[in-house]
Amino acid sequence: MLKVENVSGGYDGETIVKNIHFSVGKGEFFGILGPNGSGKTTLLKMMSGLLELKQGEVKIDDRSISDLTKKQLAKKMAVLPQLSPQVFPYTVKETVSLGRYAHHRSFFQTWTDEDENIVQKVMKQTNISHFQNNSVMEHSGGEQQRIFLAQALVQQPDILLLDEPTNHLDLAYQKELLDLLRTRAKEEGLTVVAILHDLNLASLYCDKILLMDNGETKAVAGPDDVLSEELINHVYQTEVVKQPHSQIAKPQLHLLPGKKSEREGEQVKIEESMLSISPEQIVLQSKQPLKTVSSGVVGAGAGWYSNFVNRHVDANYNCTNHREEMREYLTNHGFPISQTVGMMTAVALEDNSYRVYEGDGFSVMIVVTAGVGNAVDSTRENSSVARPVKPGTINTWIFVNGKLTDEAYIQSIITATEAKAQVLRDCHILDAVTKKPATGTSTDSILVAATQQGKEIDYAGTATELGAIIGKGVYQEMKQSIQHYFKRKEMHDYLSPN
Amino acid sequence: MKSNLLKYTLSLAFLISTMLIAISVGSVSVPIPEIIQIIGSEVFHLPLGDHVDPKFISIVYDIRLPRVILAGLVGASLAIAGAAFQGLLRNPLADPYILGVSSGASVGAVSTLFFNISIPFLGMYTLPFLSILSALATIMIVLFFAKKIDKTMRVESIILTGIIFSSFLGSIISLIIALTGEELQQIIGWLLGSVSMRGWKYVGIILPFLIIGGLLLLMNTRELNAMSFGEERAQHLGVDVEKRKMLILAAGSILTGAAVAVSGTIGFVGLVIPHLTRKLWGPDHIHLLPLSIITGAGFLILTDLLSRTIISPQVLPVGVITALVGAPVFAMILIKQKKAKGR
Repeated sequence: MLKVENVSGGYDGETIVKNIHFSVGKGEFFGILGPNGSGKTTLLKMMSGLLELKQGEVKIDDRSISDLTKKQLAKKMAVLPQLSPQVFPYTVKETVSLGRYAHHRSFFQTWTDEDENIVQKVMKQTNISHFQNNSVMEHSGGEQQRIFLAQALVQQPDILLLDEPTNHLDLAYQKELLDLLRTRAKEEGLTVVAILHDLNLASLYCDKILLMDNGETKAVAGPDDVLSEELINHVYQTEVVKQPHSQIAKPQLHLLPGKKSEREGEQVKIEESMLSISPEQIVLQSKQPLKTVSSGVVGAGAGWYSNFVNRHVDANYNCTNHREEMREYLTNHGFPISQTVGMMTAVALEDNSYRVYEGDGFSVMIVVTAGVGNAVDSTRENSSVARPVKPGTINTWIFVNGKLTDEAYIQSIITATEAKAQVLRDCHILDAVTKKPATGTSTDSILVAATQQGKEIDYAGTATELGAIIGKGVYQEMKQSIQHYFKRKEMHDYLSPN
Repeated sequence: MKSNLLKYTLSLAFLISTMLIAISVGSVSVPIPEIIQIIGSEVFHLPLGDHVDPKFISIVYDIRLPRVILAGLVGASLAIAGAAFQGLLRNPLADPYILGVSSGASVGAVSTLFFNISIPFLGMYTLPFLSILSALATIMIVLFFAKKIDKTMRVESIILTGIIFSSFLGSIISLIIALTGEELQQIIGWLLGSVSMRGWKYVGIILPFLIIGGLLLLMNTRELNAMSFGEERAQHLGVDVEKRKMLILAAGSILTGAAVAVSGTIGFVGLVIPHLTRKLWGPDHIHLLPLSIITGAGFLILTDLLSRTIISPQVLPVGVITALVGAPVFAMILIKQKKAKGR
């Protein structure tokens, strides 16, 4: 469709764009990225025929654009430039209609029904028909961008070039514009080539990306390959972190503000004295947010949180919307939802057990509340058998005063779970149905939170120091908690035997 | 939406009434029904009523009618040239006078008179021909310098360059005048702009150029629309910008050069009329250009009438009146533009 073959060029004597080579297929959304001054706009001007090439060729359907007349080119390729101020008060419709210029053969050709139909259709698609008789100048930047997009689209081009189309647009307009372009590309085969400055938007919308630096190609590939931390750090001279988008399979890059020391903020160390325990709740509040991975009721998943709440609820607690109820509870107790991880347990909170374990350059605090009233063997076949509701939940909190990698988080959870299974076996706790050793209860939760300060810890498997501490710590605290639980149960059975 | 019929009817009504009034009013007043009869008989050879005073025939046909028509043609030329320059340069303040094109044409005309140049075959067209050539040269140089100063060719840069060239060319004219000595009064009177005592011969000089220049511009109305959004935008829409730009500049220079050759420099017509027309009827060049022709003609006929009646029997140069009207309009547009930008 569109081929850019070894193109070099620039202004006057200066060569700005050097030896760029790529091709774009029909219906593809192609992005051009690069820092300021990397030659993106110059390249686009050469592709649109505004600037002469010093070397190479730009071809549409295997014909060089220099062989086409201006009108022929305008029927193949339209351009949406950056917004410039308007001087004369043309109406929106007059402005859009100008896009039909290339389809008119001569001065004498008049406006046809076909022209009118296309203009009306495109104005509807770009959602501007309701103000078609207003002056262009009356409208905001976002609306003007849509008007000029409509002007370009009534050219009925195969290829649309755009120069930073989302510049000056607010969030909703950016999405609206790019969605519209993508729909056009996928449904009508419009080939889109856009200079974008927002790397994350480019990742979401582009099929392929050209990354430029100093007028040269750094990469031409899919978003996942172009938006690598190494390439972006190198080209933009800025440290970024690559993460997957939480909802769709596209990478996103995160900036790291300021210097490393500024980012870490105040030093914080999680200690036993920070726990406050009452029959109603166990709370830990940190001055700095901790990077947390958890399976709580509120604040589950990965995130940064500074309040951690383990709340006691009655064994008969039954609420159709327990999440909503928990939020209400937290809010009423002064914990902002956005900064809080909340868990529930029917177990008596007095049966808790906690301790700080020191490692080499780091430390770990483990807090467990355990009850095994409905302990199950996770490998049994039918787990939906109805069973008596007895209080039973094991909630495990692991706080690490150190800096963990993603792998370390996952391994911590594995290690803690293995330790839990071991505790239950050693305590001879059996699944009520299968009579085999239980591996947990049906409502267990876990939380791993780290200060992300101090020592960097890459792994937490059982062969590492952190893994060993977590394994040993979880085992000890959980065993102790379960012993508390049994003691209470014996006392209870003794006092009310039936 | 204002209907096209209404636009043209009102504009033509304005032109015809100014013509009739301008022919009627003067030291001897000619009643309008007589004017219509005289024109009818002279142009269409209709029978002339007995009661028409024969001295009216001479006044109308030999003195007032050529003057009014010349004023109309000059006004039309300047207005359409102004409208085209404004669209091309995306600049509502562009005008042959402000851009220095009129001064350029004057230098050509004055030099022709001073050196007594006569090009064979061209005869009486030597003066307008050289005026047009120097007008064209001036606009090219002005645009070249404006681009050197400021690559984006902002409105202010173009105007500043035009004004600098105007004063430079003005001093060349002054120099020539100082060297002439004789005929001083005549040249100065001509420079200030006037359509008085020119007769049918001058109508014959300007008319072909108005037709050529006017047609060239009318054939580029859609291109002018496209270029009002910027040259790059126009090229993306499929306009052959380099070619069209040259055509439009050449046509504008032909019109300005011819107008200057017959009437001297009359400023601000090319600024005020397109501005007014755009305000009334919209910026679309397909209608803006023809309507500017009609309105420009009527406007200059009216100002010429004022110039010869306002302090009668003294006659003011018509350029004085147009400047008195035009300069405040110029200031007004400038202020409005600044406001719009500051928003």
